[in-house]
This record gives sequence, C-alpha cells and structure tokens, in this order.
Amino acid sequence: MTLETTRRLKHDTPDTDRRLDGMAQGVLGTGMDRPEGPLKVAGRATYAAEAHPEAMAEGYLVRAATIGRITGSNGDAIRAMPGVIEVIEDERMIRNAAQGMAGESPVQKQGQVWYVGQPVACVVAESFEQARHAAQAMLVTIEPDGTHVFDAEDPAAEVEKPKQKQLDQGDLEGAMSAAAFSLDATYHTPSMSSAAMEPHASVAQWDEDGALTLRGSYQLLKFNKAELADVLGVAPEKVRILSPYVGGGFGSKLGLAPEAVAAALAAQALGRPVRVVLHRRQVFETVTRRSETRQRIRLACDAEGKLSAIGHENLVSQLPGEVFSEPVAQGTHFQYAAPNRVIGHEIARIRRPAAGSVRAPGEAVGVTAFEIAIDELAKKAGIDPLEFRLRNVPDKHPENGKPFSSSTMEATLREGAKRFGWTHTPPRQRRDGEWWIGTGMAGAVRVNMMIEAMARVVLTGQGARVECDMTDIGTGSYAILTQVAAEMLGFAPDRVETVLGDTDLPPASGSGGSFGAASTSTAVYLACMELRERLAAKLGVKETELTLKDGLAIHENRKTPLAELLGEEEWRALGHLQPGKAGQEVRQATWGAIFAEVAVSDVTGETRVRRMDGTFAAGRILNLKTARSQCHGGMIWGIGLALTEAMEHDPRDGHMVNRDLAEYHLPVNLDVPQLGVHFLEERDDWANPLQAKGIGELAICGSGAAVINAIENACGVRVRRLPATLDQVMDGLIAQG
Amino acid sequence: MRAFDYVRAGDTAEAVREAGGAETRFIAGGTNLLDLMKLEVMAPGKLVDINRLDLGGIEATGEGGLRIGALVTNSDLAADARVRRDWPVLSRALLAGASGQLRNKATTGGNLLQRTRCYYFYDRGEPCNKREPGSGCAAKDGMNRILAILGTSEHCIATHPSDMAVAMRALGARVEVEGQGSGREIALEDFYRLPGDTPHIETVLEPGELITAVILPPPAGGRQIYRKVRDRSSYAFALVSVAAVVAVENGRIAKAQLAFGGLGPMPWRDADVEDALVGETPSAALFDRAGDILLAEAKGYGGNDFKIPLTRRTLAAVLTQATEDDQ
Ligand SMILES: Cc1cc2nc3c(=O)[nH]c(=O)nc-3n(C[C@H](O)[C@H](O)[C@H](O)COP(=O)(O)OP(=O)(O)OC[C@H]3O[C@@H](n4cnc5c(N)ncnc54)[C@H](O)[C@@H]3O)c2cc1C
Ligand code: SF4
Repeated sequence: MTLETTRRLKHDTPDTDRRLDGMAQGVLGTGMDRPEGPLKVAGRATYAAEAHPEAMAEGYLVRAATIGRITGSNGDAIRAMPGVIEVIEDERMIRNAAQGMAGESPVQKQGQVWYVGQPVACVVAESFEQARHAAQAMLVTIEPDGTHVFDAEDPAAEVEKPKQKQLDQGDLEGAMSAAAFSLDATYHTPSMSSAAMEPHASVAQWDEDGALTLRGSYQLLKFNKAELADVLGVAPEKVRILSPYVGGGFGSKLGLAPEAVAAALAAQALGRPVRVVLHRRQVFETVTRRSETRQRIRLACDAEGKLSAIGHENLVSQLPGEVFSEPVAQGTHFQYAAPNRVIGHEIARIRRPAAGSVRAPGEAVGVTAFEIAIDELAKKAGIDPLEFRLRNVPDKHPENGKPFSSSTMEATLREGAKRFGWTHTPPRQRRDGEWWIGTGMAGAVRVNMMIEAMARVVLTGQGARVECDMTDIGTGSYAILTQVAAEMLGFAPDRVETVLGDTDLPPASGSGGSFGAASTSTAVYLACMELRERLAAKLGVKETELTLKDGLAIHENRKTPLAELLGEEEWRALGHLQPGKAGQEVRQATWGAIFAEVAVSDVTGETRVRRMDGTFAAGRILNLKTARSQCHGGMIWGIGLALTEAMEHDPRDGHMVNRDLAEYHLPVNLDVPQLGVHFLEERDDWANPLQAKGIGELAICGSGAAVINAIENACGVRVRRLPATLDQVMDGLIAQG
Repeated sequence: MRAFDYVRAGDTAEAVREAGGAETRFIAGGTNLLDLMKLEVMAPGKLVDINRLDLGGIEATGEGGLRIGALVTNSDLAADARVRRDWPVLSRALLAGASGQLRNKATTGGNLLQRTRCYYFYDRGEPCNKREPGSGCAAKDGMNRILAILGTSEHCIATHPSDMAVAMRALGARVEVEGQGSGREIALEDFYRLPGDTPHIETVLEPGELITAVILPPPAGGRQIYRKVRDRSSYAFALVSVAAVVAVENGRIAKAQLAFGGLGPMPWRDADVEDALVGETPSAALFDRAGDILLAEAKGYGGNDFKIPLTRRTLAAVLTQATEDDQ
C-alpha cells in the first residue's frame, strides 16, 4: 500500500499540546552527530562542483571593469582561442544574484553594466584553464553612460525614503530635551561579505525533452527553481535543482546567482553539460553583499535610566532596481520600551555591487549599533549597563501593544551575567602589561519567522525516510530532521534516512532567516503525526496513548513491532505547514545576552577578545550540538563585525578592492577565544507545535556590540565606525594622551 | 593562466641554463607565483621547477654563521634548533607569516621574491605600474591602507610583504645567487631596489639568476624581538613590523640592529636610527628621537597615514622591551 495522506497545519494559534515532550525515543534535543558527517570529512559528500557528467564543458564568467552600455566585444577572437567552444553573451544573463525568496528572475543584463564587477559574458571551453584564460582575454567594449555615485553618503546620491518604513510615535525631540540623559550619536558599519567556504558553482545539463537539471549550491530550492525557470523562459516543471550539500550560504545562496544562469544557457546552447564555478574574487562581487549602514541613534532616559525616547534612522545602499534594503531597525521596533519613537529608513541608489540578505539581515548590524548606543547612554546615566537594560525590558511590543510570544530578555540577561561573573568597573582600571583589560555586554535579539514547508515521511516496518527539498547549508538539517522523525516514530536515528536538496521532492522551507529548522521540522512533525494517527487507528487506540520506541508500538503494556504492523507495506504521509495568524498576533523573537572580555594594546590599539559568553533562549533546542555550533558561528561573526571584517570599495568606481580571503579579514582561530554557549530551556507555543525557534542568526545580533563596549571599558576609547581596526583605537588612545 | 613551458631542472647548472630567456621564472613552493599566474598578473612563458635541486639544507658556515639553502621551507627554517637558539628573531618572524600550510610550502628563496599584496596589483582591471609599466598607479589615490610610507615614488607605493626578509635584514644576511657562468653574493641591503620610475624591477637580480642560499652572519647576540602589527591576530600581512637585535652594556645601548616591515618597498633599515641609539642610555626620549629619524621622510597617502604614529609607538615599545633590565 502506498497511500499518501496529508496533514496540514495553518498556524493560527499557539499549540499547547507539546506532544514532543510526551515522546519516548529520547533523541531529539541531544547533541547527535550529523548523519552525513562521515561523508563530509571523508570527501565523499559531492558538492555542486564535484559532479562530472560525461562530456562536461567548463564555463568562466567575464567581468566588466567599467560601467556603461555594452557596445561590442572581441567575442569572435575569443572563440578562436585554443579550447574555446563558445562565448555566451546572452541577454538573459543576470546582473547579480536574485534576492532571497524572489521566486522570479533578477534584473537581467540588458546590454548594460550597472556596477564594476558585473558578469557580462561566459566563455566555455574544453578545460577550466582554457576557459579562464580566454575569459581573461575577453574585452567587452563599454560606453560610459554618465556619472555615477558610489557612496551612500555622497550628497549627490539619489535617496529613497519609503513611507511604510518610517515611524514617528510621540515626541522624540521633546523627550530628548526633557530627558535627564540623552545621546545623539552616529554609527557606521561597512559593506560585508558572506564569504561562505564553498564558492558558488553550478553544473547544468539538459535532456532531449528540454528539461534542465542543475547541480548548484543554493539555500532556497523551490524559489531558486522558479527563478531559474523565469530567467530561461521555461516552465518550472522543466527545471530540477539538486543541492544535497552546501558548503555555507549565510544568505549568499538564497537567490539564484549568475553562474547558474550562465551554466544553464551555455549547456542549452552547446547541447552538453556545462560547469561554471565562481572564482573567489567573483563570489565577492556577483553575489549579494551586506549593505554598509549609517545609523543615527538618539536615546533619552530619566534619572533612573528609564528610556523615554528611541530614535534609529538609517541609511543603507542598493543598486537601482533591487527591492531589498537592509532592514536595520528590525529589532529596534520592539527590543526596548520607550513611549517616543522615531524610526527612519533611507536607501541610497548607488553603483556598488548589489546588496542582499546576509546572515541576520537587519539585526546583525542594527542591534549591534543600537547595543553600543545603549551602553553609551548607560554610561552617561552612571548605571551599570546590565542594570540599565533590565530597567527597560518591554512587557509588550512597544509600538503596537501586541504581546510577545515569549519574553526571555530578562532571563537571558540575568543568567548570562551570572555565568560570566559580570561586574562593572569604570574604564582604564585593569592592566596586564601593555594591555588594557575590560568587559562589555550586549543584548541579542532576532525576529522569529516561519515559512511554508512540506515534507514527506515514508514509514516501513524497519524505519523511516524523510524526503523534501530542504537544504543543509552546514547547519545540521540532516541531523535535525532525522531526529524529529526518529523521536516521533520511535526509531533509533540510524533507522531514519533523510533525503534532501532535490526539487523533485516536496517543497520545504529552504534555509534562510533562521526559519529552516523550525519550519521544515514542523512539516516533518506533521507527517509523523499523520503516521502516528494511522498506526493508532490500526491498533484501535488513541494516538495520545500510543508510545513508539525502538521500532515498537506500545500501548498498555502491549508491544507490537512496527515490522509486524506494517509487514511489507510502505506508509507515506505528507506534512504541510502554512504560516498563519500566529506570526501576526504576537511578536515572536529569540533573545540572548552576550558578555565579552577584551584586551587592548596601549601601544598599537590592537584588540584581542579573551573571553566570550552567550546565553540564548530560542525555544526548544532540537540538537544541542548543531545549535551550539550556530551560536559559536554567530559569536565569531560578531567578532568579525566588531574587529576585522570590511569590504572596501574604491571611492572612484565602487568596485570591491579586497576581494580575496587574504585581505577580506574574517576572524581566524587566534582571534577567537573559548566561547561559552548556554541555552535557556524554553517552549514557545506560538512558534509551532515543536515549540522550536530559529537559532542560526541570533548570536550575531549583539556579539559585536559586546566587544566594542568592552573596548571602551578597557581603554576608554569608544568606536562608532566598525570594524574597530587598530588605527581607530590607537587614534583614540593618542587623543586621550 | 596562459599556456607555458615547463622544465624540471635536476641541478643548479641545468636550472640556470634553462632560465636563459626573459620570459622564464623559477618555481619553488609556488604559493605566490601560482596565484599570480592564475590571475595572469604574472604570465611567464616558461617555468623552471627547482624543487629537485639540492638546495634544501641548513649548514654552519666557516665564519660561524648559517647557510640556508634556497629551498628550505619557512616551516623547517623556523623550527631549526640553531636558528631558534642563535637567531631567534628569524624564527619568530617566520612564524608570524602566512599560515602553517603556506609555511610548509613556502621556500626561503621564494619568500624573498614574493610580490606585493597591493590590491590593484592583483586586479587586471586597474592601472598598476608594477604590473603594467606606464599604466599608472591606482593605489596612490585609492585604497592604500596596507601600502608604504617610506621609499615610495609617484609611480608606486607598494610594500614588500615578507616577514622573513625583515628579520634577515636586521641580521645582516647575504643572498647567494648563481647566474650564467658565475655566482655572487649580494648583501640583502643591496638586493632590493626602490621603485623610482621602474617599480616592476624589484631586485638587482639579472634575468635567469637563481638564489641558491641565504647566508646569516655569526650570531648577533643581544635581545631579539620580532613584533608584527596587523589587522587580525594571525594570517594577515604586517601593517608594521619591527625586527630588533639590541644589546645593552653598562646601562648603554651597545648594539641596535633594526629592520622594519610594512613600511617600504623592501625590508627597511636605517643606519641613522641605529647610530642615534648606540652609545646612549635607553629612555623614552631617545626612542622618540629614533622614531623621528626613521620617519623623517615618511609620507602617507591617506589610508595609510596611521602607519606613521603606529610605527613610532611600535618602535618605542620594542626598544623599551629590548632594553628593560630583566625579562
Ligand atoms: C594567503 C597568504 C598569506 C601570506 N601571508 C604572509 C605573511 O604574513 N608574511 C609573509 O612573509 N608571507 C606571507 N605570504 C607569502 C608567502 O610567504 C610567500 O608566498 C612564499 O614565501 C613564497 O615562497 P614560494 O617558495 O612559494 O615561492 P614561489 O611562489 O614559488 O615563487 C615566488 C617568486 O620567487 C621566484 N623564486 C622562487 N625561488 C627562487 C629561487 N631560488 N631563485 C630565484 N627565484 C626564485 C619565483 O620565480 C617567483 O617569482 C602569504 C601568502 C599567502 C598566499
Ligand atoms: S602601488 Fe605599485 S603595485 Fe600598487 S597600484 Fe601602484 S604601482 Fe601598482
């Protein structure tokens, strides 16, 4: 019997059943190893570029070095070069990667170069080296099309101020002038790159029926499939994307990128498979970056440190024609209570490579700057920054009065402080040789989202199989989905196989916005509930009275092996989660608190993080190890944001200057101290029936501020332009004398 | 990468013979050359692989120094017990460079001849006199945070990025080379050239000349310090580095051999700075004066202006540490 039944959930109300707490297998929540881990460490997990279909040709993208209209090229000369098969100059090539969840073609080439670094053609050759050499020899003639602006703060920049992104409640200016203490400060964060370890790569292959299979490295396959179909002008049914393993995404693989389109067009034109791998330097330019931001923050409080006003006005940048803009104040809307509030959002249309979602869009930079500002105001008010925050914990959404689905801000602050041993002393008190020692802290907050997701679970007497187009971008999807099914159906995890990353399977949520694990796990949960119901019905018992464990169905001391119940049958169920009112009626968020100790050289201004500790509440933790890894990663990103990472744009043409991993400085091992990560046990019933929330981004949203605040506490230098490179700190030290 | 001829030389004579043409390069560890060839910043018509040459040993010299074969890897040289004991500044400088993987591959000869990390040098879309003589210098009015403040010209402001060479310069090393017909020794101080209007010519090596060894003079004694200041804790090139060999006798500085990285187109050493220190009693004022002398001609280009105060402070800290009573 292969009857497939579906269980749907339109998620409108909290789920207080907490069925998972009643399950018996005991695998969910443990730090179970990744089932695909051995494949990865043994090099047997095939990443996109490692597919080698027969007769595959190699494509290499050609980069435009100036902006303007494309008027011609030496394509014919290139075609005559050794090994070159074809030069693809198709107008359907895309200007930059699609935005996350676009589901339609991004801006296409249209004979125009919008930014320096845009891919304008693709040279296809028999070997990679031939393609690369020919691509480097290719000259595209580009006629200048006027003067352009490359810096969002250039007065000549065209600036948009979308109405729906502004907020003005109460009287901010009045509150500022009436306040006991106030702050009006401007912060800058730089342009940044996701810099995932695996560069983008696509291998495209068409069959005789005009159907395309693309092996790529992507995060949101159902959207990517729609995007690719739209770009090519074919029906979505004709497109299949495979991304079983993804070597990191961090937002850069949310949207279809130029290499996939080039590979598909080339493979179509040539009638043979084509692989296009981006060079690291191309990854930096052609996939979306995190926008630089300028953030003006105004704060006012009374003598006791109670906030009366919050202003957060932001300027971000974007290429013309892109819808996304870095939602800097996303966390500011609800992180702190204060009656008078202004939020401003401006987008400068400039000619730097396209901006898009990079891990924790909005809060990563917004909360970071805001938590520095809070530290500054607490200092002015003479109040311990921990205490200051505790006095301003909101009990409901400060702008619209909606309740929080769960409010753990205070608990994380208190628990985090205890674990770190937080005490607060004035700056420039502790010294170790030439090094000033200081501590700093920050709150972390990130919105929680659920996305529509489907998953199939196939049950047999021996085990189960989970199938969907979910991706595992290094986050642990294989492990978590395996655990959910094992827990719900009562199998040891090695009896559960999880198959992911194939658009022929039911469309899951994909990975992004920290929504992947919770959304797709919910779909798996629903499918498992459906199977449990069917098992209960077959046994003639109520589902809630049925225990499944180690392959046995247990009811009132009767144990029936599933092998007996199912025989040779294969039962299939589809779980389908549709987000509903639960996302709108309450404010769902995850919370945390980060504490850091740093040393700052009095000679050079170099900063070393000595200790860092994070306490987080993110609903039910599905896998302790992968959740902790996510927080480690987030905290390391925080260190990068605070100290090392910046994409430098040439002021004359906006191009990215430091586009390799030697000069784009991600934190290295020695920059990262032992990191403490602690989770508060939490069940958020509004989130989903698993009570689980996103954990992939939370830790970035504040970690950088803890470091910056610790620098101030160490040596008295306040940095407002991130990253806090040594020259900035040294200038501050010199100014202090 | 452009197509090229490849020859694996069996011995030094063959390597030198094969390297006759102007378009020829030796390849050792390849950690710099191959990156540049992939980007076609360098496009030699022929590579002579020298990895089979017998240049991998470290031997004592008659005068009490060391002869370091050109193929000794950065890892092996840093770990050599004699180097660690008698020339510790060299070991520290090596370990401050690159990463473990790169040091395992990088060789002594290759390290001396590595090219600048100027962003624009790596980018064929940009003008660069070093890559393409006469095309201009994009860095001067562009992003130049990592570039030079000493020894620059209007044609090029690139730095030489090596750490190893800075320590060798402080130690007074000599480079042994083998050319068509004959060999010679070149003091490291004469080895590199200032950019002037020919920034593409970086050393005094003749085309086809092979580095066979680096000679260290007998141990210099004193306190030896290598301090590297950079944008992250590890795996970044020096913004400023100082190699110091300093001895104090009877309360006065008896020896001061100082070389600097990150400041100029070559590992920088300034005899006037050393002369000003030797014979004097260590003091903050003295160290300031040393900084003044070193930086008298320093010129920032905007993004790298900070290197001037940073160098002054780093030098003072190194000299303080080197002359402190007990350590
Ligand atoms: C990411 C990265 C980070 C790095 N960080 C640092 C750092 O922090 N500090 C630092 O000092 N270095 C650093 N390096 C540079 C590294 O030290 C050099 O790449 C290395 O030393 C070069 O040695 P090699 O043997 O690989 O040279 P190759 O790449 O083989 O050759 C370099 C050049 O030397 C020539 N050559 C080589 N051997 C000889 C010889 N015997 N005679 C004549 N010519 C010869 C070659 O023709 C070529 O032009 C870094 C490199 C990378 C890629
Ligand atoms: S500084 Fe030198 S290497 Fe850099 S762009 Fe100018 S000429 Fe080229």
